[in-house]
Amino acid sequence: MNFLQHDVPLSWYLLLSAILFSLGVVGFLIKRNLITVFMSIELMLNAVNLSFVTFAYQWHEVRGQIFVFFVMMVAAAEAAVGLAIIIAVFRARSTLAVDRIDLMKL
Amino acid sequence: MNESAHLWLIPLFPFLGFLLNGILGSRMPRRLVSAIGVLAPLISLVLVLSDFGATVISAASSCRGCGQVTALALPAVESLSYPWLAIGALRVDFTFVLDHLSAVMLVVITGVGFLIHVYSVGYMRDEPGYARYFSFLNLFLFFMTVLVLAGNFLLMFVGWEGVGLASYLLIGFYFQRDSAAKAGKKAFIVNRIGDFGFLIGIFLVLSTFGTLSFGDIAVRLALSPSWSGPVLTVICLCLLVGAAGKSAQLPLYIWLPDAMEGPTPVSALIHAATMVTAGVYMIARTHLLFDRAPIALWTVAIVGAATALFAATIGLVQNDIKRVLAYSTISQLGYMFLACGVAAYSAAIFHLVMHAFFKALLFLAAGSVIHAMGGEQDLRKMGGLRTKLPVTFWTMTAAVFAIAGFPPFAGFFSKDAILYAAFLDGTGGKLLWFVGLVTALLTSFYMFRLWYLTFMGEPRSQTDHHHSTPLSMLVPLVILAVLSVCGGWIGLDRFSAYLAPAAAAHRPMPTGNPALEFILSIAAILFALEGWLIADKYYRRKTERPAQLAVALPAGYKLLLNKYYVDEIYNTAIVKPLFAFSKFVLGGVDLLLAGIAWLLAGIASLTGMILQRWQSGNLRSYAAWLAAGAAAVLLFLLLAGSPHAWSLSFFHSETIFKVSHITVIQTGQAGH
Amino acid sequence: MHLILFFLFAGFCLAGAINLLLQTHPINSALSLIVVMTSLAVLYLLLGAEFLAIAQIIVYSGAVMVLFTFVVMLLNAGREERTLGSRAASRVGFPAVVVLFAVLATIVLHVQGLGAAHLGEGLSNAPGQSNLVLLSQVLFHELLLPFEVTSILILIAILGAVALAHVEGSKMGRSERTAEK
Repeated sequence: MNFLQHDVPLSWYLLLSAILFSLGVVGFLIKRNLITVFMSIELMLNAVNLSFVTFAYQWHEVRGQIFVFFVMMVAAAEAAVGLAIIIAVFRARSTLAVDRIDLMKL
Repeated sequence: MNESAHLWLIPLFPFLGFLLNGILGSRMPRRLVSAIGVLAPLISLVLVLSDFGATVISAASSCRGCGQVTALALPAVESLSYPWLAIGALRVDFTFVLDHLSAVMLVVITGVGFLIHVYSVGYMRDEPGYARYFSFLNLFLFFMTVLVLAGNFLLMFVGWEGVGLASYLLIGFYFQRDSAAKAGKKAFIVNRIGDFGFLIGIFLVLSTFGTLSFGDIAVRLALSPSWSGPVLTVICLCLLVGAAGKSAQLPLYIWLPDAMEGPTPVSALIHAATMVTAGVYMIARTHLLFDRAPIALWTVAIVGAATALFAATIGLVQNDIKRVLAYSTISQLGYMFLACGVAAYSAAIFHLVMHAFFKALLFLAAGSVIHAMGGEQDLRKMGGLRTKLPVTFWTMTAAVFAIAGFPPFAGFFSKDAILYAAFLDGTGGKLLWFVGLVTALLTSFYMFRLWYLTFMGEPRSQTDHHHSTPLSMLVPLVILAVLSVCGGWIGLDRFSAYLAPAAAAHRPMPTGNPALEFILSIAAILFALEGWLIADKYYRRKTERPAQLAVALPAGYKLLLNKYYVDEIYNTAIVKPLFAFSKFVLGGVDLLLAGIAWLLAGIASLTGMILQRWQSGNLRSYAAWLAAGAAAVLLFLLLAGSPHAWSLSFFHSETIFKVSHITVIQTGQAGH
Repeated sequence: MHLILFFLFAGFCLAGAINLLLQTHPINSALSLIVVMTSLAVLYLLLGAEFLAIAQIIVYSGAVMVLFTFVVMLLNAGREERTLGSRAASRVGFPAVVVLFAVLATIVLHVQGLGAAHLGEGLSNAPGQSNLVLLSQVLFHELLLPFEVTSILILIAILGAVALAHVEGSKMGRSERTAEK
């Protein structure tokens, strides 16, 4: 029972955030599908959100949460535009493979 | 005494003439071009004469101050200053100074210049490039007046270079002729060598005196009357190099004979009367420096005397009428340098003025002869022209007598004064006097030779096309002849008294002896007469003798005819090695530069090739580099954010939160 | 209680994230991400951020991830293949990320002054000052301008998305035909 009444140290939240962030970076680097890469980016954003909320709790500062709120809004907008771009790219190249979309090559 | 407003007008009108004729001349009718070209020097002449008159009056009225040296040793009559350079401690202004010396020079320049402009109207009547000719001639006048009016070394150098430029343009006037173009180049380059010496002299003056203004230098010299160090000698020697280049003395005289490629009035104006006298003027202007450098002064005298003799010997056998006159000019300039070398500056200027009269006359008359002969310049083909060109004959006779030094003609007084001053100047002076005497004999000989060959005897070539000489050519001849006859009657005493405030020597002068002077002048006349008699013998009575002599002494004759092969010596000793060196440097430097360029280009393209692989177009690699960059920035922020990185205190959550807090707060502040 | 909940939902997060990486078909990855988002929402609740929890579910899981799913299905992207590039990337990527995580973990574990989270304790214990009230007070007083600017940003994003995804003068069916090639 004592064990269950323990509070969770905030550093664990931060650690979780770090893990999620790293996993997001991994996906960003190794995934082959463009949409999956984008999803990894979203994962990274969420990890950072968690860390913000943790610190907001630490310092009893609501501005941390407001920042998360803004991040969410911007992420939503970014997701919309990014997916529109993906659609446009798909129409042009008929593929979603990251390695095939290399028109920027000199 | 200070109506300083109109000194700048004197150079202005020739400059305007240059601009008008140069820019619009080809579109204007010939009459307008001539009018502008002649009007410009005329206006300047009028201005100069009015100023000159003022100085004569002032000199006569304040003669109690004549010859005395005051603290301001160069009494300027009028001066006009505009600021020009103000760099650190160096201050140089556009100072025009008119004093007795520059007044005399200006009268000669504008007066003889005007006459020659008038002459040119007739002489150049049928030539193309008429407007160009007059514009360059006016340009020359502009620069020459600037040179003479300059109140400091720098402005004088501007004029110096400018007259060199004008000379180049005018020598190469017939630029389609290869020889003319080459002659122009030669003149300019040799002048440049002299100018190099002049510039070194100017730099030394600047470092020694801290100023370039003649007046300030005079003041400084007056403050320390007995100072005469080696630095002054070096300065004067450098100035001498410059003067020798411009005034065609040994060893830089080689350009003047070739300069005869230009039109004859140009030779008269520039290479007889005015530009070549700039060197003499410069020495007279800076005589305060020369007075304190006896070694330099001696060098001037020796150079002058040697040049006089040397050039006279070459002139003995030349066959081109203009070449004879060119070598004669060099010789007479040698006389002037000799005079400066014995500190008889007034005598030098006196001879300068007289020489301007009769030498200009000689050249103009020669031009008239050439014009009448349809362009023929070889003496051996002339003859018997005295009946065909009477005005030319009589005027040229006056000039020949003047240059030979017979009284009462102009040359006698001035040459005599020089020889007398040389004789008085110690034992070395007597040697120089003797050299001058021998040169006088030679001068008389070759001038009369020219006279006989041109005008006397039977015509040696049939020239049926005789253009009658136009009036515009005859009138200047007559005026100059009158001056050649009467010019010397002013007398050296009055002349040097007038010039004394500007040109009196500042060293102890030997006392004169009128009886000695009389004896010496008799000696000079006798030598000149002897020269005439020899010429008479060879060229009137026994006309076959010269040819016989040439056969008898072939080596000597060839040596003289080919001007002692000086040009060839210079060519092999100096010009060819210079060319070879240039080629070598060109090859070497070219190679070096090409190598460096190739190296740099190689580096650039190699770097480009390496970095190009980064632009793979691969989204994933871009993403990876993005992440790496972000990590680097993060690391930098962490490390740079605190001076004790990795210490445990750093990991206080405060700092971490601050990093994240900052962004939050910023957005918060933005809301206020 | 807090601990159990934390472990449970943190586990869900991790599982979902790892699954996102391991799956080859994007639709599976999208669904895993939804799991992650929702678990995160619960974690926010545990940290006393109620409003954010709900916002996370509504906005992220409910809108953004649905958008992702729509696009995946629209474009009918198939399974990923393994290529040379992806093999190289995984060889470089994994070690790099391990390093990154190590750095982050070191930092996190050395941070001092962090407390612990109590269940039920929010940002302030004052009555009438619930999380929502606190948040809206700050948001609509001090940060009104950023709020409005963000709404304009969203407007622009909508316009941009429409412009980018627009098909020039054709019927809607063309994109499907293109996808089937």
